[in-house]
Amino acid sequence: MAVIAPSGAPAAPTPTRTGSTPSVSQPRAWVGWLFIAPNLIGVLLFTLVPLVSVVLLSFTEWNLVSGFGGIDFVGLENFVDVFQDPAFWNSVVLTLVYAGVSVPLTTILGMALGLALNRDVPGRAALRAIFFVPYIVSVVAIGMTWLMLMNPSAGLINQVLGALGLQDAPAWFASSYWALPALIVIAVWSGVGYAAVIYLSALQDAPTQLYEAADLDGAGAWTKFRVITWPSLVPTTVFLLVTLFIGASQGFGLIALITAGGPGDSTTTLPFYMYQTGFQFYRFGYASAIGMVTFLGVLALTLVTWRAQRGRALHD
Amino acid sequence: MTDVIRSRHARRQRWLWGAPLWVLALAFLAPFAWMLSTAFKRDADAFTVPMDWIPDRATWDAFGTVLFGESSIVPAFANSVFVAALRVIGEVVTATMAGYAFARIRFAGRDTVFLLYLATAIIPAQLLLVPRFVYFQTLGLYDTLWALILPGMFTVLGTFLMRQFFVSQPAEFAEAARIDGASEWQIFWRIYLPMATPVMSALGILAFVWSWNDYEAPLVLISSPETYTLPLSLSNFTDEQGSLSPSLSMAASAVSIIPVLIVFLVLQKRFVQAMTHTGIK
Repeated sequence: MAVIAPSGAPAAPTPTRTGSTPSVSQPRAWVGWLFIAPNLIGVLLFTLVPLVSVVLLSFTEWNLVSGFGGIDFVGLENFVDVFQDPAFWNSVVLTLVYAGVSVPLTTILGMALGLALNRDVPGRAALRAIFFVPYIVSVVAIGMTWLMLMNPSAGLINQVLGALGLQDAPAWFASSYWALPALIVIAVWSGVGYAAVIYLSALQDAPTQLYEAADLDGAGAWTKFRVITWPSLVPTTVFLLVTLFIGASQGFGLIALITAGGPGDSTTTLPFYMYQTGFQFYRFGYASAIGMVTFLGVLALTLVTWRAQRGRALHD
Repeated sequence: MTDVIRSRHARRQRWLWGAPLWVLALAFLAPFAWMLSTAFKRDADAFTVPMDWIPDRATWDAFGTVLFGESSIVPAFANSVFVAALRVIGEVVTATMAGYAFARIRFAGRDTVFLLYLATAIIPAQLLLVPRFVYFQTLGLYDTLWALILPGMFTVLGTFLMRQFFVSQPAEFAEAARIDGASEWQIFWRIYLPMATPVMSALGILAFVWSWNDYEAPLVLISSPETYTLPLSLSNFTDEQGSLSPSLSMAASAVSIIPVLIVFLVLQKRFVQAMTHTGIK
């Protein structure tokens, strides 16, 4: 469709009202390029070059110390190693547990909160803001606060649990069993308000006439939820499950700050394992391969979820 | 009379749901209350049992040390402001121009470039940390603020956000203006840009929060304390035993979240819209 006029040469005159001015109704090609140039050049330099590099690096063995001359091309060796690496599979399991618990919990609690906030309650706007705040605060401020709240002997959480009569309160980050659940608690606390706000905006579009009709038919609250509300929330739910899952499988900030993957390797999730391999052991090739496998795995899971949801939507 | 009864009933009905929600909201705020309370304490009083929400011996000492002491967070705060300012300006300007061209100007090669953008959009930032580390080392930008600023100024995601907006705007304005002989820049500047200011400010808010809270990139790309941004400098306050000092780290955290909180409280509606539309933190 685009009319390409070689710059400098006059474009073929287009028959328009104004007559002889070249390319009146079609801008010249270079104008468009000029608009995207600042962004495009930056994206090429700072995203695309690194992206190509990480793919290339994943086929090499290299630590920074040996300099560029020390880059060894090893073919698929890193990928073979990744799949035979017990530490990698440990991270896969931890990541799946972490995401598999925190994501559905955040979504379900977010939905409950969204439904509650959708009612006419006093101070609704303030409530919405309060629940949203943890989502926008930096992971460092949040992490340090929770680290102290979860202090095994004198932290507020265990004080409350003790007051409730719990004898052996969890040691949280001091325990290789409780460290991952502690991270899950923080993730749910900081994500629930976000999920609730997403559900709220979906609920605003819910069909009011249907509720009125259901009231006339004498339908109960549960029936109304199941028949009217829930179907209109399915797309939102899938959106949240997917985006929260992607987020949970990528972040390592909280782990790097609080646990450094420990105690032992009890919180070494995939993104943290990649970070550790790359920036603590300086094995760039292997770290790139871990990153690539993680990315492709998450991408595959996302596509499967999306297709399943589309298939179901077509069925209904 | 019946009206009074009905309204009293309605009010009770509202609080029936409202009261538990408010209790839950206060519990949600407890970590922030703890942060503030501890920031006004001495370290020795931080872990008293039972918890002492309003310290008897409240003191500003921790804030004094954090702001004016030897390892003051003020330089890191300034670094964070500098990084955020350049990233916000850069991202909003370049994404608006590119998003506009992708949506409203037809030119050869446009769709190919756009496909390239689409493919790049799904790449997580964490995957690019290793190559960016190597890359910025070779460019001599490792351990400078530019390693944080440059990737944030030119983003695919911001371009998508802006393109989505411009695509939804009528093309007829541009066509009419072209017939009247307006240049492409005039069409952009005079017609479409004024319509885009709400979306641009939403993108600006997002860019600010991403930049302000970013911890993973500086963790990898910054090494010397003079170059620290705020998130890196927060976890450096230790007591004599070398463990985290509760009062100092809480005071520093409290100071660090003020800018984001202000932006959130002032621009709340737009803020929430921007965050919920992208699904990316």
